[in-house]
Amino acid sequence: MRSHHDMGGLPAGPVERQEHDYAQWEKRVDALMVLLSAPQRRLLRVDELRRNIEALPPDAYDRMSYYERWISAVANTLLQRGVFTADELGRKMAEVEARQDTP
Amino acid sequence: MSEAPQALAARFAPGARVTVRRAAPPGHLRTPWYIRGQTGEVERLCGAFANPEELAYNRPGLPRQPLYRVRFRQRELWPDYGGAAQDTIEIEIYQHWLEPAP
Repeated sequence: MRSHHDMGGLPAGPVERQEHDYAQWEKRVDALMVLLSAPQRRLLRVDELRRNIEALPPDAYDRMSYYERWISAVANTLLQRGVFTADELGRKMAEVEARQDTP
Repeated sequence: MSEAPQALAARFAPGARVTVRRAAPPGHLRTPWYIRGQTGEVERLCGAFANPEELAYNRPGLPRQPLYRVRFRQRELWPDYGGAAQDTIEIEIYQHWLEPAP
């Protein structure tokens, strides 16, 4: 069966050609990827990132933006590698959210 | 201490007619769906690389797999292709996805 992401040759509408700026969080996701995949760490390979992006359910794949897919795949790869546990990640996410809510 | 990782011998020379295997295993595959089952011509051998299907699971992907650039005729891929008959598309495909064309 064809995977959802494997859409070569299917109708997809026009390509948006205008330049756009990146949000701060998107630049951070890019930097995370560079740091995690650097030869001295190798905590993530681009092929693992792709596998995790391609494993997204079709509706999530379509709904998420480019860097949303990346950060989701980064988190899943690090969980699979045992770099952190789901519980550690969940607690850290709650901590960061609380920090952002404080004026 | 260990030997340099070996690469598999190249099975195909430039000009060889090859057919892409029809297979759909799970995992990270770099052979597009639309090219599986199609026949083309080896344009060049690009070198040998660790198998990305294995790298995707953080395994070494050795021995390295020869990678070819294969040329296909657009008219043969797309029944409704409206361009020139000589238009081609080139796709890089790992050796384990290729068989000699029948």
